[in-house]
Amino acid sequence: MKDVLVYIELIEDGVRPSSREAVSAGREIASATGGSVIALIASGEPVGVPTLDGVDRIIHVTHPALGAYTAEAHAAVLADMIAKLDPAAVMLAYTTAGLDLASAVAVTASLPLVAYCTDVTVADGALTTTSQMYGGRLEAVVRAPLPVVVSIMPGAFPEAVTTGASPEIIVQDAPKSLDALRSVFVDEQRPARGSFDLSLAERIVCIGRGIGAADSIAVARELADALNAEIAGSRPVIDQGWLEKERQVGKSGRLVKPRLYIGLGVSGAPEHLEGMRSSDLIIAVNSDAAAPIFTVAHYAAVCDMFDLVPALIERLKAGTP
Amino acid sequence: MHIMVVLRLVADLGGDIEIAHGGKDIDREWVDLKLNEFDDHALEEAIFLKEIVGAKVTAIMIDGDGVERSLQTALARGADEARRIAVDDTDGPISSRAMTPVVAAAAAELGADLVLTGVQSPEDIFGQLAPSLGAVLGWPQASAVSSVKPDDGSTITVQQEYSGGVSAAIRLPLPAVLGVQTASRPIRYVTGSKLRQAMAEEIPRIEATAAVAMPDVEIVELRVPDEAGGAVMLDGDADAIADEILRLLADRALLQVC
Repeated sequence: MKDVLVYIELIEDGVRPSSREAVSAGREIASATGGSVIALIASGEPVGVPTLDGVDRIIHVTHPALGAYTAEAHAAVLADMIAKLDPAAVMLAYTTAGLDLASAVAVTASLPLVAYCTDVTVADGALTTTSQMYGGRLEAVVRAPLPVVVSIMPGAFPEAVTTGASPEIIVQDAPKSLDALRSVFVDEQRPARGSFDLSLAERIVCIGRGIGAADSIAVARELADALNAEIAGSRPVIDQGWLEKERQVGKSGRLVKPRLYIGLGVSGAPEHLEGMRSSDLIIAVNSDAAAPIFTVAHYAAVCDMFDLVPALIERLKAGTP
Repeated sequence: MHIMVVLRLVADLGGDIEIAHGGKDIDREWVDLKLNEFDDHALEEAIFLKEIVGAKVTAIMIDGDGVERSLQTALARGADEARRIAVDDTDGPISSRAMTPVVAAAAAELGADLVLTGVQSPEDIFGQLAPSLGAVLGWPQASAVSSVKPDDGSTITVQQEYSGGVSAAIRLPLPAVLGVQTASRPIRYVTGSKLRQAMAEEIPRIEATAAVAMPDVEIVELRVPDEAGGAVMLDGDADAIADEILRLLADRALLQVC
C-alpha cells in the first residue's frame, strides 16, 4: 500500500488538463509514501495511450461500455482497480466524472474521501489536505489516514511534468460487471459549430446573484454594450432563466479567458472561479467584502453595483476616461 | 413512480459565517440556515416530474433545528408526504457521507424507486450524497443532472452536464439515484396561503433504522483563506471607483472599439 492511483479522464483531444493536475498532486503523495504513480485510463477502443507526463505506469482498460462515459461503467473499473492494487491514495479531479466516481468508489472500497482539495501533504502515514468549504469562503485542514480517496480542485495544482522515463503501459482486462451494465449512454450534445461561443469573447461583463431581478439586467447590458463586451452570467442567473445557458461562465458553463472580465454581484463560488480565473484583467464589484471572487480579482470594489454601473456608463458614453 | 427527495439545511452563504471557538466548525449558534440550493432544485425537479407524469413525492430530512418548517414548505410546494428522520448521533452536524446509510435505509423502507438530492452542498467535503447513496443501495446514479425525463415507466433519461457547454443523455433503469444540479424549470415559490396551510401539518418523525457511519477523517482546523495575492481594492464612492476603473481600462487599451 504505497502506490498512488490516478483516474484519467479522456476528452476529444487527449487528456483533460485537470487529470494532469491530479497526477501532480498524486506525485506529491507518492514521493512521501515511496510508491509509484499509476494512471488508470479506461477507453472504449484499444486506442493509442495519450502522452501522460509524471506517471510511472499506465494501466489501460478497454471495453465497449467505456467509450462513452457513464458513471456505472467507470466506477466499476476504478473500484476493481482499487481492489487489485490496494493503493495508498486514489486521485480524481473535481469534474462531473470526479463527482460521480470519487464518492462512489470511496463507499464501495470503504475508504475515507476528502474532496475540494487545494493542497495535499503526507506525513506519518496520514494525509493532510486543505479543502474548500462554504463556497470558498472558508477552507478546512483535513486529516485522513491512508488509504484515502482524494478529489482535487481544478486549477489548484500545476499539470504534471515528465519524470524523464517513459511510463510502462499495462493492458488489463475489464471487470466482468461491464457486460451487465444498467446505465446506457444515449447521445451527447455539444454547442453547434458556428454558434455563439462565449469562450471567444475578448471582453465580458458577468452578472451574478447580486443582480437581484431580471429587470435589473438591462443596466448591465448597457454597460456591456458601452464596453463592446458580451454579457454573461453565473449559474444562479442562468438557473433563473434570466440569460441563455450559452452565456454561463463556470464549471457547468463555459471556461473563459477574456482580456477583460468585469464581475457584477458575482460572489465567486469555486465552480465559477474555475471558469474565469485565467482572465487577463478581472475587476470584481460586490457589496459583500467577504466575496470569494476578490481572491482571484486583480481589482475589486466593495460597493453597490447599481450606483457604480450608471457612473461607468456615463463616463464611457462621454468618451473620455 | 415514488420519488424520495433528500433535503439538507446548510449555512446561508449570503450571511455571515463565523468560525466557532475551537476552530474546527462554524459557529452554528448564530449562523442562518437555509435549504441547500441544489436540494431546492432536486425538490423542484421532483414536483415537476409529479406534474408531468404523476408521481408520489416524499421529502425527507435528518431531524434537527428548522427541519419541520423546511418540510412543511416542501409540502406547500407540492410534495405529498414528508418525514423527519431521527438519528441517535446528534453530536454536531452529520456529514453527507455519514448520513448515507440512514438515507439509504429510508429509501428502502419508503419504497422509493427514484432518489433525488442536490449534486453537492457547501459542507460535503467528505463525499457527495448521491454517488454515495448509489453505491450503498447498489442503484445506478448520475451527478450534475439538469433534467429528468421518464421513458416507459421503468427507465428515465437524464441530462448530465459537463464543462464547456457539453452534456449527455444517459438512460437509467429505476430504481436510481440522481444528484441534481439544475431543475428543468426555475424554482417556483409558494403562495402565503399554501404555506400557512402547510404550517398546520405535523411532520411525522421516524427513527432511523441504520446507524450514521463516518470513516476516520476529520477537520483539524477551519480558517479563512489567505488573501495574499488578492485584489487591489478600489476605494471611495461610486464616482471615484468609476474613474479608477476607466483609468485601468484606458491603460490597457480596453476602451478602444475592437
